[in-house]
Amino acid sequence: MTPEDIEHLAATLKARSGLILGSDKTYLIESRLSPVARREGFANVSALLSALRTKRDEKLMASVTDAMTTNETFFFRDKAPFDQFKSDILPALAKARLSGDLKVWCAACSTGQEPYSLAMLMDEAKPQFPRINLDILATDISDRCLEKAQAGLYTQFEVQRGLPITMMVKHFEKVDEMWRISPKLRSSIRFKKLNLLEDLRSVGRQDVIYCRNVLIYFDIETKKRVLEQMATLLADDGCLFLGAAETVLGITDAFKPMPGMRGLYIKNAASAQTGARRTA
Amino acid sequence: MKTCLVVDDSRVIRKVARRILENLQFEVAEANDGAEALKSCKEKMPAAILLDWNMPVMDGITFLRALRKEDGGKAPIVVFCTTENDLAHITEALTEGASEYIMKPFDGEILEAKFSEVGLL
Repeated sequence: MTPEDIEHLAATLKARSGLILGSDKTYLIESRLSPVARREGFANVSALLSALRTKRDEKLMASVTDAMTTNETFFFRDKAPFDQFKSDILPALAKARLSGDLKVWCAACSTGQEPYSLAMLMDEAKPQFPRINLDILATDISDRCLEKAQAGLYTQFEVQRGLPITMMVKHFEKVDEMWRISPKLRSSIRFKKLNLLEDLRSVGRQDVIYCRNVLIYFDIETKKRVLEQMATLLADDGCLFLGAAETVLGITDAFKPMPGMRGLYIKNAASAQTGARRTA
Repeated sequence: MKTCLVVDDSRVIRKVARRILENLQFEVAEANDGAEALKSCKEKMPAAILLDWNMPVMDGITFLRALRKEDGGKAPIVVFCTTENDLAHITEALTEGASEYIMKPFDGEILEAKFSEVGLL
């Protein structure tokens, strides 16, 4: 790999997905792109990278971006963001709205475990909130991830990561050596391809946004831009979940942390008040 | 320190499970089959039991039914750990009082997550 190849790859990734390739990522590039090089018929990763630089092959660039982004996820990941949703946020929003749709957006849903975890939680909470319908929008930049998410088909390893066995029995069926989530839950989620670098207005109004472990890959300007767009989409009494290692502090004052709830953010009073006056 | 009884006819599996459980601060006892496990429980009820299904002499589900009839036999938290991975087996295990179910192959991460799920950690 030449420094020029790596530089070009870094620029392509940043432009297409916001992903910042840190220094000394030769190992990461090698391990993520080897399968792509093999699949696309290149002798090695270096050959793939130089082809990427000399030819403008849209399909190849998409595969490379896809492979370089991290899609690590599992059911009920970190637990707290789901416990908090069930014990605090859902009851509070249900009380405020009385009936109708509660809109939840999983902004980087990867292979679907996060939105499906929410759908399973809602299925459990439904008797308590019979007049509330959870409208889940799940978006991701990767076609491959969305395809898997939509199919709702998981390996034995994946269904054992974070998913209590009683929920697996209730919502999954065995298909050969894989496990498929029920059609009911699959149809309760709208999956859509979306790049967070784009204009996000098409997403529409949301009550709760899950954007976990995505912003860590962006530079500070991109983080700020994404967060501020999310603030304009979020209802004034809505909330935002970030990953455990992420924060808004030092990036934007559109949000502030919710005291005592790690990873949970609400709109800052100043912007929330403006919104309240506007809707009043 | 909580105790966990590992019931499996494979010495290798018992060894792997022991290493994971000791790292999670469990005191580990071992049994080669259901009958041995029952004998061990009569002497001392463990807090948790990691239980294989298919074993010689007495299989896991027969052991679980017998255990629940013992004095204090309702107390241990039972987690199946078996290659049986169809819904019929899983449902039967839950009906007989197992709390969680691990489908082999498993690793430390899965075992830790399942034990945490049932409040053992």
